[in-house]
Amino acid sequence: MIRVGIIGLGKMGLSHCSILGAHPEVEVAGVCDTSGLVIDGFKKYSSFPCYTDYKKMIDQANLDALLIASPTKFHAEMVDYGLERNIHVFCEKPFVLNAEDGIRLSEKADAKGLVNQVGYHNRFLGTFEEVRRLLEKGILGEMYHFLAESYGPVVLREKGGTWRSEKNQGGGCLYDYASHTIDLVYFLLGKPTAVSGTMLKSIFSRGVEDAVYSSMELENGLSGQLSVNWSDETHRKMTTQITVMGKKGKLIADATEVKIFLKEANLQEGLEKGWTIKYLTDLTESVDFYLRGEEYSSQLDHFISCILNKGVQNKSSFKNATVTDQTISKLLENAKQ
Amino acid sequence: MDRVLFGDNQFFGVNHSSDEKSRAQTMKFQKDEAILKVLDTAIDEGINTFMCTTHDRIANICEVIRTNDKYNGFQIFPCMPYAHKYANAVTELGYLGTIKQFVPGNIFNTFAKGGLAFVKKDFSSLAELMIDAELKMFKGIKTPVIWVQNVITDLLLGLGMTEFLVTFYRHVKEKHQAEPGFITMNLPLLLDTLEKAGIENPTVCASINKIGFRMSGGKEKYEEVIAQKRCKLVAMQVLAAGALPPAEALEYVCSLDGVESILFGASSRANIHQTKTLIDTYSRV
Repeated sequence: MIRVGIIGLGKMGLSHCSILGAHPEVEVAGVCDTSGLVIDGFKKYSSFPCYTDYKKMIDQANLDALLIASPTKFHAEMVDYGLERNIHVFCEKPFVLNAEDGIRLSEKADAKGLVNQVGYHNRFLGTFEEVRRLLEKGILGEMYHFLAESYGPVVLREKGGTWRSEKNQGGGCLYDYASHTIDLVYFLLGKPTAVSGTMLKSIFSRGVEDAVYSSMELENGLSGQLSVNWSDETHRKMTTQITVMGKKGKLIADATEVKIFLKEANLQEGLEKGWTIKYLTDLTESVDFYLRGEEYSSQLDHFISCILNKGVQNKSSFKNATVTDQTISKLLENAKQ
Repeated sequence: MDRVLFGDNQFFGVNHSSDEKSRAQTMKFQKDEAILKVLDTAIDEGINTFMCTTHDRIANICEVIRTNDKYNGFQIFPCMPYAHKYANAVTELGYLGTIKQFVPGNIFNTFAKGGLAFVKKDFSSLAELMIDAELKMFKGIKTPVIWVQNVITDLLLGLGMTEFLVTFYRHVKEKHQAEPGFITMNLPLLLDTLEKAGIENPTVCASINKIGFRMSGGKEKYEEVIAQKRCKLVAMQVLAAGALPPAEALEYVCSLDGVESILFGASSRANIHQTKTLIDTYSRV
């Protein structure tokens, strides 16, 4: 059994805790939150050992692995504390506020041979995995443009007051929402290297932006646009969509389907001339415990499997996440100019 | 329970195979009249149970159902809570802010003694208050089965907080005089857990379809558990989000001895008629 400790029992922490609680190879050996309301609930209704001080949990609970789902500004010190004690770490996204910390922690984890992962769950979605596979096969020919979008209904009024609405804590649409979209661009299309024309728009929030619009350039020369808005109530929940244009066709994908348009049929892939639509139902593998989308279970299964089977390459490492943190810094700088 | 139950996902843009279709549905059902028209069609086709989430807009539908005699034989199976409402509120307002917003009156006055301190000690009472609040809109309508949504059932399952599932079960039975139902994506685990907590032969709704979509632990394990007849079972997602042709999908689910009812949602008369007819036909075999 892998003994996992969980720091932070907000929305994501609860979700991870439930999935790990049902995992046959995991024992939740400690949960930690600074909120009295939450930790009292866990003390009374769960059988997990409860802590309010994360250092105490790490020191006392004899952990193999740590899951960090606290506000972003605490990630760096918590990750460091875990790595220092030779514990494998899964950290929620975005990874850290200062990209230099990210590089240091990534190197430290690798040097110690510890499994390290960041919660970019889109990398575990059947539809996006299929897009990556198809693009690697070159089905669109030379690609010349992409549009990466995420929209959802988080901040819809001029009020609110959690850490997500505070600038220096990793709140705001850029850190919370756009980080997913940027990571997806990196996962599917290539490493972002430069950004331009960045607009960070505050719609209802005062301290932070509610929308992010920018142009991006990737290492491989491909360029495209980023459009993210968390004050868009025409979406029932967060939806992320990627559109890729190539000389041989076009591809549009979201969490539920992949739509491919080809000028000529691709026989190897069984893709017709014109439109082909692939659905999640055909692209997703069943999980052992389902809470809220296969990808949330899959990413934790992957983390545990990397710990159990040395040598498995992690699909969403600290190193990958650091690229997204660096891109976020570039977007912030560019928006100021 | 009736053999055929009519669902509401189509009305609120819930579509498990296409975000684009879900947006189109949201536009189509923008007005309450459009929802009522489809419900009337379902009634014409011989369906008399509407299983729906406690979405704000259902309150308007309830108002019509309550006041119109033509719905006398019609019943609703409410499913609570409408989770996105709370999830978005937690992101925006935090846990305490969310409790303040959704619990009727001022929570800190509701618990006359001790306010917050009382909430901390007694989450079960808080849960009961929230159940009552969610059910208010159905007052005066027949609601013989009241469900808890899968995201809550499964969250509590994973957390090992079975006590809340028991609280829900008792509260619905005792205060609301209805049969409590559990929606889940983890049927085998749920049944084991409920039985351990002393709940025998519960009412459960789970994904059951020929391709094993959202049947956690695998289709074989599900078929084994279904055949044991340890619960009053409603099958949902029988069409696997549209991945299966209706006839093939319904032939499979109707052949499972141990499935009592089948839940489906549709928007057009043709689809409602076809699905109802296929279920009736295969159920006679």
